[in-house]
Amino acid sequence: MSSTIGDLAIDSSTVVLGIETSCDETAAAIVMGGNDVLSSIVASQLEVHARFGGVVPEIASRAHLEAITPVISQAMQKSGLSFDRVDAVAATVGPGLIGALLVGVSAAKSLALVLDVPFVGVNHLEAHLYAAMLDDPNVEFPMLVLLVSGGNTLLVEVREHGVYKIVGQTRDDAAGEAFDKVARFLDLGYPGGPAIDALAKTGDSKAIDFPRAMLNDGLDVSFSGLKTAVINHVRKFPDSKTNDIAASFQSAVVDVLVAKTLRAAENLGARTVAIGGGVAANSQLRSEISEACARKDFHVVLPSLAMCTDNAAMIASAGWHRLRLTGATSLDSGAYPNLGLTVAQR
Amino acid sequence: MIVLAIDTSTDAVSVAISNSKQLLASSHVLSDRRHAEQLAPIIKNVCKQADISMREIDVVGVDIGPGLFTGMRVGIASAKTIAQVLDVPIIGISSLDILARSVATTDRVVLATIDARRGELYWAMYRNDVGSSIEVKPPVVGKVSDCVADVIDRGQATLIVGNGALRHRASISESLEATGLSIEWANEQLAQPSAGVLAVIVAELALHEQWQTAAELQALYLRAPDAVINWQTRVNL
Ligand SMILES: [Zn+2]
Repeated sequence: MSSTIGDLAIDSSTVVLGIETSCDETAAAIVMGGNDVLSSIVASQLEVHARFGGVVPEIASRAHLEAITPVISQAMQKSGLSFDRVDAVAATVGPGLIGALLVGVSAAKSLALVLDVPFVGVNHLEAHLYAAMLDDPNVEFPMLVLLVSGGNTLLVEVREHGVYKIVGQTRDDAAGEAFDKVARFLDLGYPGGPAIDALAKTGDSKAIDFPRAMLNDGLDVSFSGLKTAVINHVRKFPDSKTNDIAASFQSAVVDVLVAKTLRAAENLGARTVAIGGGVAANSQLRSEISEACARKDFHVVLPSLAMCTDNAAMIASAGWHRLRLTGATSLDSGAYPNLGLTVAQR
Repeated sequence: MIVLAIDTSTDAVSVAISNSKQLLASSHVLSDRRHAEQLAPIIKNVCKQADISMREIDVVGVDIGPGLFTGMRVGIASAKTIAQVLDVPIIGISSLDILARSVATTDRVVLATIDARRGELYWAMYRNDVGSSIEVKPPVVGKVSDCVADVIDRGQATLIVGNGALRHRASISESLEATGLSIEWANEQLAQPSAGVLAVIVAELALHEQWQTAAELQALYLRAPDAVINWQTRVNL
């Protein structure tokens, strides 16, 4: 692959500054040639949202504005490069919280304007697919990616760079949302994923037989029945142990996700199976999906925890690929809170 | 000294470039909440009109609010980043100060107002002294009726400026005229703060090096996020 934009050849020496502000992490990163991460800085807002039990959009936007300048400075400093070495600036343009997205997009466009380099708008979901590849650049296509976070539960076929097909998704709650809601119900605090993961390690995953909705039916998933089952169980058996509930709930989620991922990978004839998104940090999901893939001889990619959660290295990486595939984004573009993965890029 | 001034705290996108002596180019367009789409191309255009390369900018000025939260953040994030990359200082001015300065020749007390929606206003009061305006009542957010009461309390001939009071012009006029106070309304073209006026203020302050770094500059919201307001109400119950 080779590509040029104006005088700029997009190649292994092209330096992209990436910016991510779609939800509750303010992040900036410098990535060379699409996969060489020179720096990746993430400022998390977890603490400011924790007492509200979820991300508050206006609070997130304010925190992004305060963090954006120091985060960009740290990313530059850690990379050892000066602004003059930046060849293009990438920022998440959606999906996400509109007010939050606009802080990063405005900063990125300003950088592009002053440095006189291309701006490229990046789809956050596409970036999560590249996060998996960042930790393992030798993946072979076709690849099946399970993308699981607080906002998404997607099974994505990747046949080549930029060509995606969503073959499965949730019909109601995202996987991460189910973790958060159950954790809130069990008084485990926010975010729910890490809390349940930790508690589940001390519990019996076979203690309660929670439903595995649509386990043998297609590639879509549904978690709202499971959430209701947890609530009903606790009401009926108020004395049952919280760690058993956490372990049994987590097993139900993981069983469904692993079964659907393997089925989708077999349908595709995948060479690689990858996971991404915040829920991909779940220890049981990681171990069970790698065991299942080993049995079926799929090469499995389990990104580092830092690459599962939101970061800007994946934005810079996806931006580098976007530049090659479709070129720069116009400076009069906006942010798109409901951007889908398979929507044509501007 | 080349000044780039950016103002996106109301429904206008306003950009100006000046040197120490005069305005070189400016643009002031109503935005319909499309600040993020419009700002970068307008900055590019204004620089071109002024025949200034962005690298020549010596100081960046920005309206820090109060105003539309999302709009003002677009301007502040842009201004901060431009100053950061150019490694130049930044000067933040409140939207109310900019409005007041746009009517700095009146000898009346100036009531500067910005629309805060929900039947509320952001407002502050000023007096003029040889062409510059001095704040006599610091900015607050509150009900239109509280703002009117403030003016009546002061009991002085008043000039009203800004999109906040304009939105409630009929009721404000009625309440104030009933008390016999002398009221004058500024030209409606001054309803939104302008980057041209901001550039003048910034050039003056820059001479005294009254500036900040990009990382230090903060927005002036005056109103807490709803979630925080609700939370505090809940905690106080
Ligand atoms: Zn994400």
